[in-house]
This record gives sequence, C-alpha cells and structure tokens, in this order.
Amino acid sequence: MTATISTSVKTEPVRRNVTVAASDPKNPRLTREQLDEFGVEMDVIRQRIIASLGEEDATYIRNIVKRQQQFEVAGRALFYLPPAWPLAVAALSISKILENMEIGHNVMHGQYDWLGDPKLNSRIYDWDNVCPGEQWKYSHNYIHHTYTNILGKDRDIGYGILRMDEDQKWNPYYLGNPLYAFLLMVGFEWGVAMHDLEADLILTGKKKWSETKPLHRGMLRKIGNQTLKDYLLFPALTGPFFLSTLAGNATANLVRNIWAFNIIFCGHFPAGVSTFTEKETEDESRGHWYYRQILGSANITGGKTFHILTGNLSHQIEHHLFPDLPARRYPEVAAEVRTICEKYGIAYNTGPLGKQLFSVARKICKLALPTRTSAAEPTGPVAVPNAA
Amino acid sequence: MPITERILGSRALAALTSPHGVDRYLEQINPMWAATEVRARIVDSTPEVDGVATLTLQPTNTWRGHRAGQYVQVGVELPGSDARRITRCFSISSAASLPGERFTITVRANKEAPAGRQSVSKFLVNDARPGQLLHLSQADGDFTLVESPATPTNSHLLMISGGSGITPVMSQIRTLLRDGYNGHANRKVTFLHYARSPEDQIFAAELAEIAEQDNGIDVHLRHGDNFFTAEELADLVPDYRDTDTWACGPAGLIRLVAEAYAESPRLRMEFFKISTGAIAGGSTEGDVSFTRSGRSASNTGASLLEQAEALGLKPDFGCRMGICFSCVSTKTEGTVRNILTGEESSLPDEDIRICVSAPVGDCALAI
Ligand code: FES
Repeated sequence: MTATISTSVKTEPVRRNVTVAASDPKNPRLTREQLDEFGVEMDVIRQRIIASLGEEDATYIRNIVKRQQQFEVAGRALFYLPPAWPLAVAALSISKILENMEIGHNVMHGQYDWLGDPKLNSRIYDWDNVCPGEQWKYSHNYIHHTYTNILGKDRDIGYGILRMDEDQKWNPYYLGNPLYAFLLMVGFEWGVAMHDLEADLILTGKKKWSETKPLHRGMLRKIGNQTLKDYLLFPALTGPFFLSTLAGNATANLVRNIWAFNIIFCGHFPAGVSTFTEKETEDESRGHWYYRQILGSANITGGKTFHILTGNLSHQIEHHLFPDLPARRYPEVAAEVRTICEKYGIAYNTGPLGKQLFSVARKICKLALPTRTSAAEPTGPVAVPNAA
Repeated sequence: MPITERILGSRALAALTSPHGVDRYLEQINPMWAATEVRARIVDSTPEVDGVATLTLQPTNTWRGHRAGQYVQVGVELPGSDARRITRCFSISSAASLPGERFTITVRANKEAPAGRQSVSKFLVNDARPGQLLHLSQADGDFTLVESPATPTNSHLLMISGGSGITPVMSQIRTLLRDGYNGHANRKVTFLHYARSPEDQIFAAELAEIAEQDNGIDVHLRHGDNFFTAEELADLVPDYRDTDTWACGPAGLIRLVAEAYAESPRLRMEFFKISTGAIAGGSTEGDVSFTRSGRSASNTGASLLEQAEALGLKPDFGCRMGICFSCVSTKTEGTVRNILTGEESSLPDEDIRICVSAPVGDCALAI
C-alpha cells in the first residue's frame, strides 16, 4: 500500500476528474453527478422511513425485549432441572442472541433514541457482552460505520488479527488465518472487547501499551460484571447445580459468539465485497459514501425468524445505508434499494447463509497464502488510473 | 420495607438482571412496581380555572418525597406523538411530601404550543384520566423553603409569583400551614401574586381563606394591567432587599423583580421556559449560546458543531454526518433544523445531534 504513494500523488488530478470507483475493477465507475443522483434516491428512502417512525416500531422493540426476557427467565430457571439442561442452554442462547443482535446492537446505534425512553437509549443501554458499550460505540458506530471497509481506517477488516483483504500485505503470520478465525469465532465477545486495545499495533510497536490505559477501567469493570453474573451469581443461585449452570452459561455465551461472528463476517467478507483506500475516499460526497456502504456490505437471505435472530443484520447493506434507523425497517426497503442499485449497475451482494459462509471461509483460507498476482492484473485502486 | 428495597437496589441484583435492570422485570408484572425508576398513576384530575388542572399523583415506592418549591420531570407518551416519550418539568403544588406519598402538580395547558403540535401540558390538562401512567424523575430544584443562615427562623418571608408560577409558592405556603405555622411567633409571610384576570386566578378560594384566617400570611393579588413595580413592593415590604424572597413566574416578571433586588442574595428565582413555535425562515438570524462554557455568538447558519468549534469549543464528535451519535448534546432552548431532513424542532431540553443540526433563530446549547 505504501509503495504506491509516490505514483498516486502524480496521478491524483487525473483520477479526480474522471470518476470515483472502488478498488474492485469490476465495479462501475460512476461520475460525480451519478453519485449525487444516487445519493438523493437513498435520502428519499431514508426520509420516508423517518417520517413513518412510530407506534409500530415502539411496540416491536418492546415486544422483542419482553420475548428476550422470557427466554432468559426460562433458560435460567431450567438450570434447576438438570435433565432439562439442553433446553436451558437453548433458551439462554436465544435470549443472548436476541439481546446482542436485535436489542443491544441496534439500541446502541441510537436507532430508538427518538422514543425518548431512557431504557432504549444509546447513551444509557449497555449490552450483555464483555465489551463495554461506550468503547464499542466508538469503534463501531463511529469508526466502522463512517470508514466502512477503508483499509487502514476500518479496524473491522480482520479485526487486526486476520488477513481479510488482498491489499493487506501478506506475511508468514497469516498462514494461521483459518486458526485465528476459528479462535476469534469461539471467543468473539472477547475479540470485540479487545478490539479497541489494538493489540496488533502494540505487538508491532506502532502503539504503546500505556496509550490504552484510559480503556482499562471500563473494560475491567464490564468484564467483572459479566463474569460475576454468568460464572458466579447465577451458578451459585442454583446451589448444588453450580457447575452445570456454569457450563450452561458458558455454552450459551459460546453459541452466541459463534452466531454473531458468522453473521457479522457474512455481512462484510463474502467474495465480491469491496475495500477502499483512504485516498479514493477523500472528500467523499454523500452519494459516494452511500455507494461505498453498499459495495462494502453483503446481505443474507432467509426467513423472518432468521432475520430477527440476526438483529436484521442479514440486511447488512441497508444497515450500512441507514445505521441509525430501526433495523426492523431494513427488509421493507431492501427490494427498492436493490432496484436502484441495478439501475446504476452497482453490485448488490446477497445470498443464502450457506453460500455466504462458504465464500467467507474460502476467503479466509485463500488469504492465508500470499496473493499470486500477475503484473497485468490490477492490484490496487491507485494502479487503475495509472494503467488508464 | 427497607430490606426489600435494599435487595432491589443491590449490585448483585443489578448484575443478575443486566442489561435491562430490575425495573424492566418488575414493570412486566406490575407497572407500579419499581426498584429505582419513579413512575406514578394519576388518581385524580381537578380543573382549577380555564386551561389549568391539578393532578393528584400516586408515585411508586421509589419516590423519595419532595421539599416545598421543587419540581418534577414528567414523561408521557402522548397519543399521536408516534410513541415518542416527551418529558417536561412541572412544579409540585402540594405541601412537602414524604417518600412514596401522594402529591399534586398544577398544570396550565400551553396555549403557545402550535395547534396540532403535541404538548405534554395540553395532554395532562385536557386528556389525562385517572389511571394514566406517568414517568417521573425524583423531585429536584433549589427553589426551596430554606432561609438564609443569616436570618433567624421567625424572619419575614416574601413570595412573589405570576401566573402558573404560583405552584411552587403554593407548595411552600401549604407546607408552612400544614406544619403548624400560625404567625403568632411574630413571623410574617407576604404573598404577592400577579394573574391576568380574576378568572385566571388559580387557587382563588383557598387563597381567600388563607387571607381571612389569623395566620400572619398577607395575601395580595394583582390582576390585569397591574404590573410589578419596585415602588409597590417597597410599600408592602419596605426592607424587601433584606427579606428572604422567592419569586417564580414568567421571564418578564422575573426580570423586573431581579432589577428591583439589584443582586441581593436574599432573592431566589425560578422562571419557566415556554416552547415557542418554529420561527419561519431566517436561518442565520439570532444568537447561539453555549450555556456551559458561557460563550455565544451570532448564528452563522452552519451546524451547531461547526459554530461551537468556531468559538474554540471542543464538543465530542465522530462521523460528522449524523450516524454515530457521538455529538449528542442537549439543546436547552430554541429551534433547530436537521440539515439532512429539513425537519425543525422546538422542544426545550431536547437531545440533538449537533453535527447535523443548524439553529433557526436564537438557540441555546448545554455545551
Ligand atoms: S458526529 Fe456522528 S452523529 Fe454527530
């Protein structure tokens, strides 16, 4: 990436005048005007959702909370009945999945702030996860959603652990890509919690451990509370079944981790999803930002229950277009977004869970090895205008 | 039930019921059960004068009581407000309450609120029926009946109020009377109130009764064009600047009173904010003030974030495009327009994303 800087400086005026495009040469190059027009079409959808927010959204999220609480109470209670252990774990897993995906993630995005209900307010709510809400909101709502898939800026690309894009320079460490991915999946909530420490930068000496100090207190407090709850208090409450409850809680957390990891990875890393360079996203217009959100995300098809269990992040594209609007609205605008994308020739990446998962897994394995590129094949965005 | 309360408020239970907290479970069973939140049911609604009603509230056990002169925030989801909960402050009109005890608020329907726009006060006065659930804060405010340490307890007390500013003062007088005050300890209370007309006089009957009784409370009611003047006050209470005084009313009255007192520390004031309708056009008119830092400048029409930064302030921000909520701040007064949607909003004490909000006319922000 750094190697191309000198050439990019020379060619910059040319690139600006012509078109803006993503790194992937397969994507259409739209003119500024086209991007503006496209942005207006997206804004119209946005406006329409905002104008129709109301009672139904409030009832929906409150019902989800109620449902989730019922699953949680059922799960926690069933631990008193050792033969029902698998049932208890299942109920608790569903509760934890609903809480992290449809409630926590979305409420902390500010999707329900307009309700004026402090219990559903992004500044107050802190999810059932070892990652402190405060820190997650910074790295997710701000960094990831603003700089989506910009290499070097969006730390969600590989979480600083994995090689998820060809433009990340290969080194032998990445031979472990599949293993790291597996470990990240199993301990996803911990990965998310450690995210802000930027451990990779510390290991490579780009950042000092002392710089992460302001984060420690919040992290320790949150980790303490979560551990107290799942691994001490609830097990203790079941008395003689302490160990089986503890194991059950750990399993439910594990199930939630695996689920969340897979949904999130299918949202950004199936083949065909683009990444961007800082250079090409400078002075980005609103339309260009929308365009980048679409190219940087992928959807998963499925039924209604499936969508709810993903927190509607199965509509990752719509989520990235309208991150602050209630996620339950994404399915209803998806068809329209897709039609507009077709009109502009913008790729709309969607597919069933199996296909997207396979695609992600393949990418993880493929990128464990160095990328074999022939000189003719464009390797990065900056090379494109050069060739032209 | 201190034991149950201690358990309900404990850290262990908070951890067990996280992330929602105990209250989310309790309210599923009974909306009047709470561990930390305060809610109340309206148990009675009595009209006072035209457009004013007194509501009697039965709070949850979590209510810590109030001191005379304090206010409470009332949040309610108005019918037709798209499920948004809107929260407003109201002074408590009944005598000081103990934890869990009933109290009253006396509310005037905000006539200034544009027709068709939802308004908490209109709803409470006209539509709220007994049984209605309200979300409350704990009582708050320093406009309370405490004398300055410099004066002995039988010192003269002076209350000046205008319009519905009578409510906290009424709470103070009712508290004095209820708690055995009878004026025979040589303590005087002077109560001076301004109302638009006799028909607009809230608590008229009760005030007449108080005036009649031998209790040392002088009631002076002024109606119509009888505006406050320092001369008139001096006639009633010659040494008013050295008298502990509570003044509550519309901003205009409070300004006159403050002038008359010329910085006297004996004066305590409270005035109410009125939400005005959106000011048409003129997006670069008015002044923008940042109340916490005490900075202000004339409105340039740019986003509030940019205007704050232009003054050298450093509010939190992230995306600067309205998606991350890092920049949310409280707009205490004025109207703002959402730069993305063009939507205008004039609610006081409203949380807004300052990176996509531009002021329309005067605007005050708690930064
Ligand atoms: S800075 Fe992100 S919403 Fe204002």
